[in-house]
Amino acid sequence: MIIDSNKIQKVIDDSPQDKKQLIMILQNIQLEFHYLPKESIGLVSEYLGMPQSTVYSAATFYKSFSLVPRGENIIKVCKGTACHIKGADLIIDQLYAGIGIKPGQTTKDMKYTIEVVNCVGACAMAPVMIVNDKYFGEVKCNRATKLVKKG
Amino acid sequence: MKIDSIAKLDKWRKEIQTKQKAIKTKILICLGPGCLAGGSDKILKEFQTILKKKKIKDVLVESVKKTGCHGFCARGPMVIIEPLGIFYSKVKKVHVKDIIEKTLQKGEIIEKLLYKDPDTDKIYKEWRKIPFYARQQKIALRNVGQIDPDEITDYIVNGGYSALAKILKGMKPDEVIDQVSKSGLRGRGGAGFSTGRKWVTCAKAEENPHYVLCNGDEGDPGAFMDRCIMEGDPHTVLEGMIICAYAVGSQEGYIYVREEYPLAVVNLQKAIDDARKFGLLGDNILGTDLCFDLKISKGGGAFVCGESSALMRSVAGEIGEPRAKYVRSVLKGLHDKPTVLNNVETFANIPVIIEKGADWFAAIGTKKSTGTKAFSLAGKIKNTGLIEVPMGIKLKEIIYDIGGGINDNRKFKAVQTGGPSGGCLPADKLDLEVDFDTLADNGSMMGSGGMVVMDDRTCMVDVSRYFLNFLVEESCGKCVPCREGLFQLHKLNEKICEGKGTEDELKLMENLSKTIISGSLCGLGQSGPNPFLSTIMYFRDEYEAHVKKQECPGGVCKKLITYKINDDCNGCMACLSVCAASAITGKKKEQHTIDEVKCDRCGACYAVCNINAIDII
Repeated sequence: MIIDSNKIQKVIDDSPQDKKQLIMILQNIQLEFHYLPKESIGLVSEYLGMPQSTVYSAATFYKSFSLVPRGENIIKVCKGTACHIKGADLIIDQLYAGIGIKPGQTTKDMKYTIEVVNCVGACAMAPVMIVNDKYFGEVKCNRATKLVKKG
Repeated sequence: MKIDSIAKLDKWRKEIQTKQKAIKTKILICLGPGCLAGGSDKILKEFQTILKKKKIKDVLVESVKKTGCHGFCARGPMVIIEPLGIFYSKVKKVHVKDIIEKTLQKGEIIEKLLYKDPDTDKIYKEWRKIPFYARQQKIALRNVGQIDPDEITDYIVNGGYSALAKILKGMKPDEVIDQVSKSGLRGRGGAGFSTGRKWVTCAKAEENPHYVLCNGDEGDPGAFMDRCIMEGDPHTVLEGMIICAYAVGSQEGYIYVREEYPLAVVNLQKAIDDARKFGLLGDNILGTDLCFDLKISKGGGAFVCGESSALMRSVAGEIGEPRAKYVRSVLKGLHDKPTVLNNVETFANIPVIIEKGADWFAAIGTKKSTGTKAFSLAGKIKNTGLIEVPMGIKLKEIIYDIGGGINDNRKFKAVQTGGPSGGCLPADKLDLEVDFDTLADNGSMMGSGGMVVMDDRTCMVDVSRYFLNFLVEESCGKCVPCREGLFQLHKLNEKICEGKGTEDELKLMENLSKTIISGSLCGLGQSGPNPFLSTIMYFRDEYEAHVKKQECPGGVCKKLITYKINDDCNGCMACLSVCAASAITGKKKEQHTIDEVKCDRCGACYAVCNINAIDII
């Protein structure tokens, strides 16, 4: 995937030029492109006047940042305690059988990415799966793939 | 409209009261995460669409209100009709027309939507009488589920910002701190440190400026109280923080919200914008000398950022690695300046303490743990949801009287409190009183308030493995004992789950735990081995079954179990269609069989079988 550096620069230019805003700037870039394109590390480092290593360390420290492109549809499977004991692994297994990818992977056609999240705070309806910000509660494992495809 | 004096605020409150009096009937629709997943947003729209066209006495389009989490998530989506308190649960969009035509127009009750106690078959019309609600006492959650979080007027008409007005009218900062100290309020984030002491230390610190931070990085898996407060009643958090700012002399504050809570960010931002617009935030609040403004800082999905020094570094735009706290963060906090950092729920208690007085608050709960505590009930319990109970209530009362007992009436095995740093308490501890010290004395902790209930089909060795895996991933890596120690502890735990562990290794794990605890800087490492230590303390027999007999009594650890189809099988083919390993064979309406060699023990067949025709051996 090729991303125009000018587009990244534009997102950066719209943010305050303040070292304290590093995480916010990275969040804004990710919001736009669904991941942090390689070029963004260098561009942010120039903009804020800090070493690339510092930007890279923040981009890799925080779990929400991705350095690889993510699919059009993000499937988040919650693995909080309540979801774990109520069978979150079953959902992951069934999604693997249904769309052929494991957590952290993206389908070749860039349609789906599966991510495991630590707890989305919807424990009362465990196990929970989120497809593009839409919450599905008490997910039956045999319905997981269908729910994903329906969106 | 700027509210630039206390008199104007009072006048405004009266105006809203008069206006809202015109709306006699209120239809509250819960848009908490649970109900939302059940489609409560569609229910809300349907109500609005139909009511726009229909004219009913005492019911207007404005009667329909969206609220935050009402608590009883297991029965969502729910619709509550006030002032009668009629409680309709498991409502679907198709029911809306009926509710309008029968209940709102004719005053008839729709019995099939009411809550029926599964044990007694008693039907409840009013929500306040349902055992789930009847035992609760709400302070921090007083408005959650009752008001529209987007409407500042809703907060104000319910007494919002009157505590702020009270202190600005006639209390000196040290009098405010005195009230908070006297109330005995302890931090609701987990550690239980005295809030008053924290405030007084910051207020006295000579260095300037002072900061006020709110910790909304609710990272403990299994906890969602703070989420519901931020989403359902954001102004109470703001008011608590403004009062704190007045008390400790601060002009700038931040609310740190975790990335996984996008709605909390939206609702808080709306609240901040509104408060600013009406002169409740910013310069010269309510026309006084008090100046205080707030910003939201979004986390990046790192559990360790719930730790005070890590959170402060994250707010400053750095990576969230904790520092050694020779000097406490209340003295050297954000940008190395004096900082009060309190949890969302702690701040939510403040306005009520100021309003009703320290003595009133201190009379609730126990001597050393005053007030109430919000808990999220989850796991294998019937009434999952959000509750608030007085401190000192027995675990048993929470799990059985409020929680309704275990799913499918199975046997209770353990309750996990305190998140990854907490522990699991067994059945003989159900008589314990829930407060900060009792839980800590028994190898667990209050934590932020997550309570995950486990039944006899949960493996405690697997639970320990799960938490250790979580902590390995979330350790920031700064301290070697935490980074490497937890990694090795997890590896040994995994070996036990596979039936390859030895008794010597159990001893090794206990020793390693001691090293991790004594050699780590922050709470994550210092309490990291707790999941293992508390489970082996109370469930040693399960560890021994794994090690000595290669058996998993809970029937969870894949390497130690086999699935078998029994004679009850009616050949419905549900298990066959879900088996990813193609290990199940059989014809329709004939008993199926599982090929043990092909079976990868994923458990999907067991989960989908509705007639208990699959045994775990």
